Amino acid sequence: MKTIKEINEKIKQGKAVVVTAEEIIDLVDKKGLKKAAQEVDVVTTGTFGPMCSSGAYFNIGHAKPRIKLGGGTCKLNDVPAYCGFAAVDIYLGATAIPDDDPRNKVFPGEFKYGGAHVIQELAEGKDMRLEATAYGTDCYPRKKLETLINLKDLNEAVLYNIRNCYQNYNVAVNLSDKIIYTYMGELKPKLGNANYCSAGQLSPLLKDPYYKTIGIGTKIFLGGGIGYVAWQGTQHNPSVKRKDNGIPQAPAGTLAVIGDLKQMKPAWLLGTSMLGYGATLVVGIGVPIPILNEEIVKYTAAKDEEIYAQVVDYSQAYPQMIAGSLGEVNYAQLKSGKIRVQDKEVPTGNLSSYSKAHEIAEELKSWIKKGDFVLTEAVAPLPGAESGYTFKSLKERPISI
Amino acid sequence: MISKRIVLHFPHRLVDEPIVYKLVKDYDLKFNILKAYVTPQEEGLMVLELTGEDRNFNQGITYLESCGVRIQPLSQDVIRNEVKCTDCGVCVPICPTGALAVDHITRKVHFYDNKCIACELCVKICPTRAMEVHF
Repeated sequence: MKTIKEINEKIKQGKAVVVTAEEIIDLVDKKGLKKAAQEVDVVTTGTFGPMCSSGAYFNIGHAKPRIKLGGGTCKLNDVPAYCGFAAVDIYLGATAIPDDDPRNKVFPGEFKYGGAHVIQELAEGKDMRLEATAYGTDCYPRKKLETLINLKDLNEAVLYNIRNCYQNYNVAVNLSDKIIYTYMGELKPKLGNANYCSAGQLSPLLKDPYYKTIGIGTKIFLGGGIGYVAWQGTQHNPSVKRKDNGIPQAPAGTLAVIGDLKQMKPAWLLGTSMLGYGATLVVGIGVPIPILNEEIVKYTAAKDEEIYAQVVDYSQAYPQMIAGSLGEVNYAQLKSGKIRVQDKEVPTGNLSSYSKAHEIAEELKSWIKKGDFVLTEAVAPLPGAESGYTFKSLKERPISI
Repeated sequence: MISKRIVLHFPHRLVDEPIVYKLVKDYDLKFNILKAYVTPQEEGLMVLELTGEDRNFNQGITYLESCGVRIQPLSQDVIRNEVKCTDCGVCVPICPTGALAVDHITRKVHFYDNKCIACELCVKICPTRAMEVHF
């Protein structure tokens, strides 16, 4: 048994034993749980995939004369930002696109540039065009603002993603006889391919399935810099079915994360375009797991073979909200390049980069080893498997006057 | 025997000439057309897999050049922007020839340009648009 305080003392002295979520698998195989729990202090995880519910808020500073964007409009490189706050606070979502983007009018739309690309370019230090309109008041008389802005000049620039880091995800296939374009990529007809999106055995919440160490306030690697878990993410769904090892068999927990964009790196915040679907941000996240006891080391040692995901049809079942799975596969099968669905061999593709997830886990490991990154105690837990917290669908009700 | 994938650029004045026919008739070369179109400026572009005896192949190429056809290996035209690629692998099941494949040890995606047929299916489905075509 160890405490986070004791682990932090070792980190500060440069004596902490830190391994990645891949390395711990072999270590536990060789030495057993007891010895591994004694020897290892921290296991680092990583994930690098598209996460649509991402965005950033900015305070752009007051212009002279003053302008109140609240209630007006605001665009960054033509991408609309939300400005229903005070005078110069705005929030830009990753999937926002310019008003004149053709969208899916010519199908499939390309969605070449959106909020996610703006966030990446801001992080690159590029000047961005800000164009805003306002209605004008006695104290904020101005009605129009057009200026270049740069990340370094903003008062605050904070990445605040309301749902990231899904604990497991669907494997998407297409049972129909025509090609479909989804947020899970292009899906060829009649089970032409199966796309998945998880780092599997490296993915943060799969290595702490019951959120025993990851909670509100946990310090993390976010976009190449430091961030924190702010809350459970939207659609957090801890009550889904789990295997005996505690790992959810379907999309379950999520994280809302926050961090100062100014210290992040554009290589870990990528603006991307999903053909026929939209723009999205690929976010790099790494979470350290303190090895407090044998139980926690056991969870971190789960391997791809032991982590299962559901195969879901995205031509009918997903869009029509029809529950059900075409079967279950594990991440070792997915990573082999082909799985079997309905007696057909189906080639697989990952939307989430495993090699980049590996780099993140290694980077976080090196920060902790150097003593640059100490761990935090969670200030409150995430709603757990027994909490009754669930993800409900919308019950539509007619609006009558 | 030589077998190569090449890109031919035909200037406007050659668009009406039966040039590929001559490659077969005079130089005994086998061809497989992977892509062909005429641009709005009436420049012809053709991606061919050309196969034949070494001597015939070289003479065929000399003949094409003497007509004014510009020739490039296909591998120079379809390239991967290594900075943009994240090695996710979503392109892998889409590529019909296995030119994009995952290394099972490193989990990085390899682009084997010798297998590429320039179908361009990977270009728009790449989330970071790392695959670039420069015809």
